[in-house]
Amino acid sequence: MRHELPQPPEPATKAWHPATTESRTARFVLIGVALAFLGLFLLLPLISVFFEAFRKGPAAYFAAFADADALSAIRLTLLVAVIAVPLNLVFGVVAAWTIAKFEFKGKAFLTTLIDLPFSVSPVISGLVYVLLFSSHSALGPWLKSHGIEILFAVPGIVLATVFVTFPFVARELIPLMQEQGTTDEEAALSLGANGWQTFWHVTLPNIKWGLLYGVLLCNARAMGEFGAVSVVSGHIRGLTNTMPLQVEILYNEFNTVAAFAVASLLALLALVTLVLKTLLELRYGAELAANGGH
Amino acid sequence: MTLGFTLAYLTLIVLIPLAGLVWRSASLGWGGMWHVATDPRTLNALKISFGTSFVAALVNVVFGVIVAWVLVRYRFPGRRIIDAVVDLPFALPTAVAGIALTALYSKNGWIGKWLDPLGIKVAFTPIGITIALIFIGLPFVVRTVQPVMEEIRKEVEEAAATLGATRFQTITRVLLPGLTPAILTGFALAFARAVGEYGSVIFIAGNLPYISEIAPLLIVIRLEEFDYTGATAIAAIMLIISFTMLFVINLIQAWSRRRYGYAT
Repeated sequence: MRHELPQPPEPATKAWHPATTESRTARFVLIGVALAFLGLFLLLPLISVFFEAFRKGPAAYFAAFADADALSAIRLTLLVAVIAVPLNLVFGVVAAWTIAKFEFKGKAFLTTLIDLPFSVSPVISGLVYVLLFSSHSALGPWLKSHGIEILFAVPGIVLATVFVTFPFVARELIPLMQEQGTTDEEAALSLGANGWQTFWHVTLPNIKWGLLYGVLLCNARAMGEFGAVSVVSGHIRGLTNTMPLQVEILYNEFNTVAAFAVASLLALLALVTLVLKTLLELRYGAELAANGGH
Repeated sequence: MTLGFTLAYLTLIVLIPLAGLVWRSASLGWGGMWHVATDPRTLNALKISFGTSFVAALVNVVFGVIVAWVLVRYRFPGRRIIDAVVDLPFALPTAVAGIALTALYSKNGWIGKWLDPLGIKVAFTPIGITIALIFIGLPFVVRTVQPVMEEIRKEVEEAAATLGATRFQTITRVLLPGLTPAILTGFALAFARAVGEYGSVIFIAGNLPYISEIAPLLIVIRLEEFDYTGATAIAAIMLIISFTMLFVINLIQAWSRRRYGYAT
């Protein structure tokens, strides 16, 4: 937090309070309402995931991971993230570099286009690939005759994941790089560095925390995506089920403990993401302030 | 060269697939589109999706503004943790949220067992859908309003107080008008996200046609029936509405920049 408000002095008498804050009672009520709302709507669901997962004891919990389908779902989720996240990382850096360091027409429009996947329903994100690659589409028969499987196979899942996680890194880096301007790069270039050296030794160290932040959010979404992946996956057990899809299947089969056990891994991922994100914000906030001082 | 790469990747991953959807719905024509849109099941699904999303976004505006205010203005133990918890819906996979909420609100759940004797059914009704959408949308309101609240200068409030305004008047007449664009943007973002939401809703919704079936689920059902035309038409209607929303958000931001000198 960059703008810490000064602490108001403790009032000498209970009746008096500074004109720029609320009475003690009002403050307690508001804090109480906020905490109750967050506890009821956000924390309770999170706690219940772990409670339901361990409802029948640790043995039942760990048995859920001995299942071959659950293991293959975990493997597939990791595989998809390992492909999708680096792709969007490279794209995010290049796009942010282009938008922040160069002047060209239609920049605002390009930024809007990059944000587009955020405003599309996940189901529609999956649907567009079904329309593109299904056997009824223009591409479908050609793909079939060449033996290329995209839909209801791993490539489709990867594509849908890349689509929904497309903006994360770019939108984190664009404002950061814009704020940093081009003076550092100009200095490096005038000292004889080439474009690649400038990027590697000047730009990248400047954006590393922002980049990590973007990758973190991108990864959380890539591993947790449900709607888009569900549409293109075909739900083939042991083959095209990611962890969230496995959760759905187990839940619908009334295998509640196993469903919540797999879900608890995803919840753990969310918790780790939140902790790292909060730590980065403390660190990265300071970094941003330092860069603003140039 | 980097611009070329950016454009090529953007075109391949985002623009061509979306163009395919637009092209396919265009080939339906207005007549075909109208036919699907006015189908009673589609109409009901759209009504449920937009209705529950609207209510959820309203609830989120009220509580989101309170949460943002408490986080920005008050100092209390655990504030940092609470601040981090607000982002939980961004980080928690939607399917996990969906089954957790269903477990909580079903008849034997921690919350459901208190509501059931009162005759309030949440799981498998539109109320359940609304609860899931409140979960999903909250951070959009808080994270849009919070930075603007941090920028409020104390002098304004001091001036209001010295001119004899009560604290309540200062908040409603001086602070709230300045926050309105941010609140509207937060509302629109939460609403837009809620309309498209799928994973967290389908478990708690019960998915009864005409009663608790949301539009994204109807798209999936049409796809499973291999009715690609029907799926495309519903998707196109939803896209048109969400792009209109985006356009409205941009208008609000342009208006607030002119009027208040900042963009939300």
